Amino acid sequence: MNKLNIAKGSTSKSAYNLRSSHEDVIERHTLAVLVANEPGVLARVIGLFSGRGYNIESLTVAEVDHEGHTSRITIATSGTPQIIEQIKAQLGRIIPVYKVHDLTVEGPSVERELSLFKVSGKGEKRVEALRLADVFRANVVDSTLDSFTFEVVGSPEKIDAFSELMRPLGLHEIARTGVAALSRG
Amino acid sequence: MTQTMSGAKMVVQALIDQGVDTVFGYPGGAVLPIYDEIFQQNSIRHFLVRHEQGAVHAAEGYARSTGKPGVVLVTSGPGATNAVTGLTDALMDSIPLVVLTGQVPTFMIGSDAFQEADTVGITRPCTKHNWLVKDTNDLATTLHTAFHVATVGRPGPVLVDIPKDVQFADGIYQGPSKMKSHYQPQVKGDIDAITQLVIAMETAKKPILYTGGGVINSGPLASQLLRELVAATNFPITSTLMGLGAYPANGENWLGMLGMHGLYEANMSMHDCDLMINIGARFDDRITGRLDAFSPDSTKAHIDIDQSSINKVIRVDIPIVGDVAHVLEDLLKVWKARGRKTNSESLKGWWSEIGAWRKIRCLDYKPDIKTIKPQYALERLEALTKDQDRYITTEVGQHQMWAAQYLGFNDPNRWMTSGGLGTMGYGFPASIGVQVAHPESLVINVAGEASWLMNMQEMGTAMQYGLPVKQFILNNERLGMVRQWQELLHGERYSQSWSESLPDFVKLAEAFGAKGILCSDPSDLDDAIMQMLNHNGPVIFDCLVEKHENCFPMIPSGKAHNEMLLGNAAIKGAIDAAGSVLV
Repeated sequence: MNKLNIAKGSTSKSAYNLRSSHEDVIERHTLAVLVANEPGVLARVIGLFSGRGYNIESLTVAEVDHEGHTSRITIATSGTPQIIEQIKAQLGRIIPVYKVHDLTVEGPSVERELSLFKVSGKGEKRVEALRLADVFRANVVDSTLDSFTFEVVGSPEKIDAFSELMRPLGLHEIARTGVAALSRG
Repeated sequence: MTQTMSGAKMVVQALIDQGVDTVFGYPGGAVLPIYDEIFQQNSIRHFLVRHEQGAVHAAEGYARSTGKPGVVLVTSGPGATNAVTGLTDALMDSIPLVVLTGQVPTFMIGSDAFQEADTVGITRPCTKHNWLVKDTNDLATTLHTAFHVATVGRPGPVLVDIPKDVQFADGIYQGPSKMKSHYQPQVKGDIDAITQLVIAMETAKKPILYTGGGVINSGPLASQLLRELVAATNFPITSTLMGLGAYPANGENWLGMLGMHGLYEANMSMHDCDLMINIGARFDDRITGRLDAFSPDSTKAHIDIDQSSINKVIRVDIPIVGDVAHVLEDLLKVWKARGRKTNSESLKGWWSEIGAWRKIRCLDYKPDIKTIKPQYALERLEALTKDQDRYITTEVGQHQMWAAQYLGFNDPNRWMTSGGLGTMGYGFPASIGVQVAHPESLVINVAGEASWLMNMQEMGTAMQYGLPVKQFILNNERLGMVRQWQELLHGERYSQSWSESLPDFVKLAEAFGAKGILCSDPSDLDDAIMQMLNHNGPVIFDCLVEKHENCFPMIPSGKAHNEMLLGNAAIKGAIDAAGSVLV
């Protein structure tokens, strides 16, 4: 969505800090959305993002409470502060949505993502890949004579970094789960 | 109440238990079991429309004029897809509807069966919520939940898709009392925010109340409290198209409608105010005009039951999430407890500023003795019907804006128009729904000839049920609003905006067995209107009006509230290129 160009004076008497002074700053937020595990609920959430033109950087979903039929959708999204506020309000309007948490603003949180890397190479490259994998605490979950499959768990940044390192060493394929996140404490 | 019955019977039982006595619909293969149950009972009256879109708009008219949810029953596939425009219309204007669709049997879903469509998929973005019921034992609770969701919080349309085998199978029926829903929107506003608004009201020099459809949706108490608030504070009040009638048009503090075709005094007051109190409106783009010049020096408060409406378009200083009636009640309580203060000295000055804007007389138009001006037609209609028990619906376009400008509404639920979606073809079926709900009242659909033709098949419905709806067609043989924009924006190249090959509306009426009236002379108009009013049955009134009349006042797209065009103003070059993309 575009910048709204609202004149500064229009909220100069605000009692709330409603508008960021950097209106154009794109922020990345991680949202945890607790939903009823019923047919179509994921389509409603995704349809909201596509229909209103919001970004999804990653999305994970799974049932977290079998008895309570509750699923948790973790969405990494980005936008201006106003857009982020809208996304949360719009999510809250979906009938089977129980709760929307903005983990980015609700205090410290931990984010983890699982990824699999297939790296093929021989000789020195193969040894180097294994050494770096060790540094990143990656597990070897499969191997052939000329390839490894590593499992890396960590923050998205760590996985990005690992992927950069593997690229010259014969990186073949990556699979990532998207972010799962919880608030701390 | 718990008992075993078929799914089809459950549908009828659930409607009865929800207090429904009227259904608009159209049968088809996938809803035959339900129609069979409807045949065998007398509690619910079914109105057979001629097109499913008509059913949904009729239900909207019924809902808007009664405050109760409208109910629609249609078949699978084309029945459901034809209902989509009505659903979207109801979603945009927050109208409570429960739409029931038939579906192919569960074991055939996904096989591209005859008249199969992914109804819940198609209607997901145009309903407040929807359900596909796969087990008869879930049907009753789903239906009761559907009524709950449609009517609670910000109202809206919901849809329940019922496969044919679910209708045939037996299951356990549960009464409404068994219904549990976690969906319980907040109705009470935050008292600190309300107090903050009261404090702002006490000192405001140039306050304005800007009200919308939310006041009407909140119920009669909200309108009553609004009137009390206005009377007690002496604040000026304007309203959106959707909110007309919440505050009476004959009330002293009434400024008229605001927005793109709103009144000069209303828009100027919005622009110059220092405290704007938005009650149940949503800063729609037809209201705000250019955003960066929208009411630049005001503190803004916004009362809305929908959290997502707040700060969506315009940043507000005092957000209050809650139901209008609940919030106004608390607002008045706090204001009275703090000593009923307003800045009455400054208010006097504010009213004299407004008085000067009123003197512009923005609704004045050039009368004509030879041709009927559309404004004149509506002035006469107003004069001859305003004291009656009257409901007005409209189609979409110039006539709609003129109706909003020249007709006065002194009560809520008397004015039914497609605001958010702007659906041509809305008004005629809506008038049928209104007439069904109010059989003794005068129901007039103010129409343009092009809009009216979009759902003219509903003449059959009006005739079948003897619904004496008056179709007041301002016939300019043009898509008037399109033509106006082409004149202002597209170098007077009138691409496809005229109505060619129009029917003879009098003969058309007669073909359906209704009465047709043609009027083209201003001096005949009063008699012709009286003839329409005195006829006990549906009437098509073909009012031939000035063909190239433009609708003023007008805020051109991309302009601010204080840059209005008035009727006698030069209009060429008024909209710049940036504005032309805004529609």
